[in-house]
Amino acid sequence: MLGLKKHDTQLLIIVICLALFAPFLLNPFPADSAMAQFNAGYPDLMQRFAIFGIFAIGFNLLFGLTGYLSFGHAAFLGIGSYSAVWMFKLLGYNIIPGMILSVIVSAFFALLIGYISLRRSGIYFSILTLAFAQMLFAIAYSDLIGRFVGTPITNGETGLQVYNSDPQFFHSAAKPDIPHLFGQKMQSTYTLDVGAWSFDFNFGYYFCALVLIGMFYLAIRIFRSPFGLMLRAVKSNQQRMNYTGLNTKPYTLAVFVISGMYAGLAGGLMASMDPLSGAERMQWTASGEVVLMTILGGAGTLIGPVLGAGFIKYFENIFAKINDNVLHSWFSFLPDGIENFMVTLVHPFVGKGWHLTLGLLFMMVVIFLPGGLVQGAEKIGATFRRKDGKSDDAEAKAAKQRNPAAE
Amino acid sequence: MSFSNLTRRGLIKTSAVAGAGLALPTYLRADGHSGFTNAPTGSTVTLGFNVPQTGPYAEEGLDELRAQELAVQHLNGEGDGGMMNTFSSKALKGNGILGKKVEFVTGDTQTKSDAARASAKAMIEKDGAIMINGGSSSGVAVAVQGLCQEAGVIFMAGLTHSNDTTGKDKKANGFRHFFNGYMSAAALAPVLKNAYGSDRRAYHLTADYTWGWTQQESIAAATEAMGWETVNNVLTPLASTDFSSYIAPVLNSGADVLVLNHYGGNMVNSLTNAIQFDLLNKEVNGKKFEIVVPLYSELMAAGAGKNVQGVIGSMNWNWQLQDEGSKAFVKSFGEKYGRPPSNSAHTCYVQTLLYADACERAGTFNPCGVVEALEDFEFDGLGNGPVLYRGDDHQCFKDVLVMKGKENPSNEYDTLEIVEVTPRAQVEYAPDHPMFAGGELGKCNPGA
Amino acid sequence: MDAIILQFLNGLDKGSAYALIALGLTLIFGTLGVVNFAHGAIFMIGAFCSVTLQRILTLSSETLSETEKDFLGNPLKIKTPYVESWFGPEVGASIIDWAVPLAILLAIPVMLFVGFVMERGLIKHFYKRPHADQILVTFGLAIVLQEVIKYFYGANPIPTPAPSAFVGSFDFGPLLGLDSSLAYPYWRLVYFGFSALIIGAVFAFLQFTTFGMVVRAGMADRETVGLLGIDIDRRFTIMFGIAAAVAGLAGVMYAPINSPNYHMGMDFLVLSFVVVVVGGMGSLPGAVLAGFMLGILESLASMNEIKNILPGIDQIIIYVVAIIILLTRPRGLMGRKGVMEE
Repeated sequence: MLGLKKHDTQLLIIVICLALFAPFLLNPFPADSAMAQFNAGYPDLMQRFAIFGIFAIGFNLLFGLTGYLSFGHAAFLGIGSYSAVWMFKLLGYNIIPGMILSVIVSAFFALLIGYISLRRSGIYFSILTLAFAQMLFAIAYSDLIGRFVGTPITNGETGLQVYNSDPQFFHSAAKPDIPHLFGQKMQSTYTLDVGAWSFDFNFGYYFCALVLIGMFYLAIRIFRSPFGLMLRAVKSNQQRMNYTGLNTKPYTLAVFVISGMYAGLAGGLMASMDPLSGAERMQWTASGEVVLMTILGGAGTLIGPVLGAGFIKYFENIFAKINDNVLHSWFSFLPDGIENFMVTLVHPFVGKGWHLTLGLLFMMVVIFLPGGLVQGAEKIGATFRRKDGKSDDAEAKAAKQRNPAAE
Repeated sequence: MSFSNLTRRGLIKTSAVAGAGLALPTYLRADGHSGFTNAPTGSTVTLGFNVPQTGPYAEEGLDELRAQELAVQHLNGEGDGGMMNTFSSKALKGNGILGKKVEFVTGDTQTKSDAARASAKAMIEKDGAIMINGGSSSGVAVAVQGLCQEAGVIFMAGLTHSNDTTGKDKKANGFRHFFNGYMSAAALAPVLKNAYGSDRRAYHLTADYTWGWTQQESIAAATEAMGWETVNNVLTPLASTDFSSYIAPVLNSGADVLVLNHYGGNMVNSLTNAIQFDLLNKEVNGKKFEIVVPLYSELMAAGAGKNVQGVIGSMNWNWQLQDEGSKAFVKSFGEKYGRPPSNSAHTCYVQTLLYADACERAGTFNPCGVVEALEDFEFDGLGNGPVLYRGDDHQCFKDVLVMKGKENPSNEYDTLEIVEVTPRAQVEYAPDHPMFAGGELGKCNPGA
Repeated sequence: MDAIILQFLNGLDKGSAYALIALGLTLIFGTLGVVNFAHGAIFMIGAFCSVTLQRILTLSSETLSETEKDFLGNPLKIKTPYVESWFGPEVGASIIDWAVPLAILLAIPVMLFVGFVMERGLIKHFYKRPHADQILVTFGLAIVLQEVIKYFYGANPIPTPAPSAFVGSFDFGPLLGLDSSLAYPYWRLVYFGFSALIIGAVFAFLQFTTFGMVVRAGMADRETVGLLGIDIDRRFTIMFGIAAAVAGLAGVMYAPINSPNYHMGMDFLVLSFVVVVVGGMGSLPGAVLAGFMLGILESLASMNEIKNILPGIDQIIIYVVAIIILLTRPRGLMGRKGVMEE
């Protein structure tokens, strides 16, 4: 289907189903039950899953295929967001111009940074990308460009926002005052109540989900193309490639730019869902986050980065919200003494301690599942599936097939 | 994305559920029929407390959360009622808000505007929060305020001191009880003049972001008006941890006062570094060198330890105040948590009470009704003397405290002492003051 | 001129912290081939050794005051540290005063232990794993360590003053024959001296002991050393402990310069990686050189004269320099070929 092999088609269908049915899948618990705390099917988080999924897929194109570990990818995300918000400020709230500009501008920056950084490899490359990203972050955070120009460009730490006084050239009173796609508002949500359950269908989310599916399809095509094969060759032995008289730089630069465009697109989407762009989404911690998402999910696999992105965003948004009150309500069926004991026991790991849980999970995943979450999913899948030697999954192979540490 | 790998069987099941769901009669929740976002339908109403729980301001967020929990208790008629007993408006009866029991959800801002908006959205979209309260930085406050305006809920700001929050970034759905850079400057200037004279040369170190800029601008304007000269203003990167390279040139610059426009970890480090360079024991221009920290907080004072001794700054409120409201609040907070509340805890507590009171007086949770009830509302008994919530910019006007690091603290909470309570009249300004110009409130947005 | 000298001193001071952290990182890179993202956290734990000793020394007995009241109107609890009741108020007070230098004694065993446990319990299993996995696991560990410290000590910075003998500043002015004063804090001078001592000790240890010789040989060619029948792994474990101790000691003495908080390690992490890479992977002298160089450049860039011409240069100078150096010298200042280039 669509020029894909059977396995890839299956994978694409899985992603399509996950994306389209996310409002159901993420809200498995009745809205009023104590477990509703773990529901993740509200518009903002679903949008984030899709957006960071795109970001991580793009990052994985670079890292998973070529092994080049960029430690400054968040810069492109931030640049995408700023470009989109500037389009909202200048032209109006329709998201299409913003998305287009965010991809173009981030591609331009990726070309520039990639051209310079790719002159080095290994950790030297990582530090070069980190240095560029940190520079851009500092520039955005203190609005250094704005200081020269005289008008806010990034609006410093407060973040770039749209004001009523902005020109918004194509804006008219009839159009919504929030990001929209030809009049259809991003935040409009249809809530479906089925008995005790309730499911949110958000226009913005479905827009992100469609983009995600498109980007995932594109990523599969890149993975399976001769171009992708060339990039894998770069990963396994660049020197040998160079000895055969082949210049690998155009290939790596191309994938770096593509990857930067993915990030820019994600940034543009982020601004479209929420028209504010803050500098901290360019900081090294944000760049580190996408690295973690990719490794956690399974670097070099197609679906891994999406899973990793979902995993981290889920913890950030769901675990951080569990406070002592919630804990007490969970354990309220227990006798008082035991209830308090249980609350004290769980307390350090949730709410303000969600970082701790995340840190522990990073360690556990990497210790027990060297191939990332994809490998975990494979293991679970394998126990349920018939033992069939032939149906060796391409994803599992990719997860296992990784370079050992350079000696 | 979901984390389960979908199997064929699972897919069939899911589609079956979906099919069944579509077949059932459906209706739009909250949207449409009640006229505003998250209108409470049951016997409870949900408030959202959005405070930093991780990152450098976690301790401050924790203290805000304590106060917010206490406020919820008091609203529901539990505990001793705290400041509800001293509050001049008697609309609150201790039976929740408008007869609905108050529940709350919490979120972690991480002191990042993105994360803060994400957690505020989660509380609004998922938990049905009707009001968002809390926060400990102006960037976050401005970002969340914008979000609440779009979403159609009320934002009761926590600690935010930048002029912009109720200046160029003000929003109809947002309210600030905390004071701002301009007020700090107006309160500090006369005290500084008395203490250090009117012939001083000031050297500013300013955190390089919006709050730092607006505060520096305010302080420089107020001190210059009384005769001080601003020798230099150096912007320091927010990420700095070691301020030695910014402090070192101060002594030979001819300045005799150092103004540290820093907050939180920045302030703790810059003050500690300044003391290391022994600035307070130097003499320049024949005068003793002095340090000023325009915005103080108890936690920063605790972090800087002995270094705050003799350093002047300003605060929104302090637990040592002796009016009935403050005493009631300190007693109720102290008995529950075993420590005096910080001024960020106070502002969050008061904001929660003010919101509840406004709903009672308006007789509705509709944000537009609440906005109307809060605008130009005058009240007393919440620890700051008579206060006005000005309708033009949603800023509270009240007395400002000028504080000084105590020389011989008797215990760990006794780090600052009140030098002067600057009356409200001295810190007031016109709504169209140039430092606050540029923004507009817009119209209240009830959402849905 | 005096401004430049002052900034130079500041640079040396900042550089000492960078150099000490980078030194440990390079030792771990060079010997074990492991990218250790938890190294910043080790520095942080070192600083908290100071805090902990200060807490231990100020453990107090409580008596209720007859006259004074606390904020709720209850009788005030007066705390008397046990140290003061055992050794008498004066000796006791000066022991508490010297908590930070004394913490060195606590930190050495603690940090060696932390290092050994980390290496044996976790890092050991990651030698053959891809760098990406090493990053993930050590980053996870860093978060866990940081959160554990936050759980016990809170998120607020904790003031940890230097001994009162080192409060104040030393005036270089008369010494250098300058008219104006050129004051520099005593404790920062102590910190610089201490760092120089540690750096010297590490180099001497590697240069002049048999153990050090084996480790250096292992860094150059691990396989051959292993073939010679030398148990290189055990030595590398010890090196990991030493690297942890170096970062830990850097943290202990850093505590009075800036009040320690739980995330101070993360603040240094990225910078110290930049330092290591600019110095050149696997080169110990490179790490030290780059540490001091970047520290000094950062300080000079924060001078007003320079900031007036290029606003914001102090925020990005380190990265600009890093980019320039990596583009002109492919393997950093003193890097060896083939280390971490894949």
